Amino acid sequence: MKTKTRTPKNDKTGFKARLVRDLHRNWSLYLLFVPVLLYYILFKYKPMAGLIMAFQNYSPAKGLLGSTWVGLQHFKEFLTLPDFWQLMRNTLWISISMLIFAFPAPIILALLLNEIRNKAFQRSVQLVAYLPHFISMIVICGLIVKFTSDNGIINDFLSMFGLERISYLNYPKFFVPIYVLSGIWTDVGWSSIIYYAALTGVDQQLYEAAAIDGAGRWKQTVHVTLPGIMPTIVVMLILQIGNLLNIGYEKIILLYNPITYETADVISTYVYRKGVLDGAFSYSTAVGLFNSMLSFMLLFIANMISKKTGEGGLW
Amino acid sequence: MMKISKSERIFRVINCIFMIALMFITIYPLYYVAVASVSNSAELMSHTGFLYKPQGFDFGAYKIVLRNKNIISGFINTTILMVSRVSLAMVLTILGAYVVSRKNAMLAPIFMVIIVITMFFNGGMIPTYLNVRSLGLEDTMGALVLPSAINAFNLIILRNAFAAVPDELEEAAAIDGAGRIRMLCMIMLPLVIPTLMVVLLYYAVEVWNSWFEAMLYVRKKSLYPLQLVLREVLINNNATGMGSGGSGDSETMSETVQYAVMMVATLPILLVYPFLQRYFVNGMMIGAVKG
Repeated sequence: MKTKTRTPKNDKTGFKARLVRDLHRNWSLYLLFVPVLLYYILFKYKPMAGLIMAFQNYSPAKGLLGSTWVGLQHFKEFLTLPDFWQLMRNTLWISISMLIFAFPAPIILALLLNEIRNKAFQRSVQLVAYLPHFISMIVICGLIVKFTSDNGIINDFLSMFGLERISYLNYPKFFVPIYVLSGIWTDVGWSSIIYYAALTGVDQQLYEAAAIDGAGRWKQTVHVTLPGIMPTIVVMLILQIGNLLNIGYEKIILLYNPITYETADVISTYVYRKGVLDGAFSYSTAVGLFNSMLSFMLLFIANMISKKTGEGGLW
Repeated sequence: MMKISKSERIFRVINCIFMIALMFITIYPLYYVAVASVSNSAELMSHTGFLYKPQGFDFGAYKIVLRNKNIISGFINTTILMVSRVSLAMVLTILGAYVVSRKNAMLAPIFMVIIVITMFFNGGMIPTYLNVRSLGLEDTMGALVLPSAINAFNLIILRNAFAAVPDELEEAAAIDGAGRIRMLCMIMLPLVIPTLMVVLLYYAVEVWNSWFEAMLYVRKKSLYPLQLVLREVLINNNATGMGSGGSGDSETMSETVQYAVMMVATLPILLVYPFLQRYFVNGMMIGAVKG
């Protein structure tokens, strides 16, 4: 069999020679990649180069090369903005709320799903629970707007207990709960898939051994199941922390209004308003870059902590 | 059979009730929309409390929705996008995934890195937006087709499928003198059809539900995809031309019309979802395990 391999590994051949031979043999393969490469250069890497406009007073007429450099001026402007702390607070508050409530929800759901003995029932729960993930953001936000309005079903329900009918989306204090709860509704089922897959991968013999040692279902869950899916949880947690500041602005843009900016306006929605609506390109790029850099820092810190505590990291 | 303790039996009952509650909470909003959309608008407005059956029975809202020119053009635009963007995305994803899956190509790992980097770094909203403008794509269908044609996650799913095909098959074809494209089309693609299905479905859902790019890049109403038309009707509550029955009850009409609009936009997904669910889940599993 070994004689059949076309290129015997020969370390003595220089890199250049190997590359030439590889290009000679695989040029038709690489030709197939040209459109893909063009796509990535044109639509992914070119915008990345555009990030340098954060340090310029960019004007589309002059282009990236002709615009004047201003250094860190835009970053300074953002950091001294009166709204800066509100934006930071809102961004962190929404993401921490998501971390506390929306992150564990799919793990709990996966654990509970795993306890269902009737397979047909289990499958129907899964079928239903995954569905909201596929409904468009617009329709979901449309539902939220309808249901939280003063004649919506949430008010219909709460007014039975004598609560006053109010339009919840117009109250800053209700924005984050609405955001988090609807987020759980949309994705708890879909996100549980990955944990459920990890659960079904736990060695069945471990359960049998635990049962012989006298562990009940609860103890089996704590001592066998949870450690079994811990690597998955840790990876997802690190990723989530890395994304802490990258809140889905689409949903916020659909749900917030100037009355609720006080709790709903986050860095990414601010970037959208400043950049797209007001045309402050360089400034909003700087704000966006600042946001991504903070995110990367968080990701590194989370990964470091995870490694230090012996849970392993992403890299 | 092991004996089930009393506490465990209680747990099972509670768990079962919880799951039923979860299913109810998931389904009821959709059921509500369905029921409300076929209700008589005046009766729906006066109804309070738990809605479990249509109030009156009236398809008037659907007549308005399906005659509305914005909705119709939204449907047409989304269909055009669906065909053009999904086919472009499939072609590019297949090409990219095939090339990076080849183990004996020296440049393949480099190409892979180029792709993976974009999963973690991007230019951000504004540079991306300006890039689309500078390419002259603003206010064209191209702005909705090109900028996010390839989804790197989908590409990796497909790459894993290609990589799992035994090398001998390709080697045999190479000996028979098959060119790269013939090899890809005749040998590789037929072997990864289940994964192709998954990727195709992911793209289709992505395109059907996308709206943010359209909001950024398109000003002309005639180019609005369905979701952006929906946004005008549902979120901005700007039902221009929606209550055009001329009967003066446009205010109450718009309520049922809004529900009908939601139904129209969601029904295609609801109809195919039960049959395709396992493909979606399979894709998630492949991506999760190997991604």
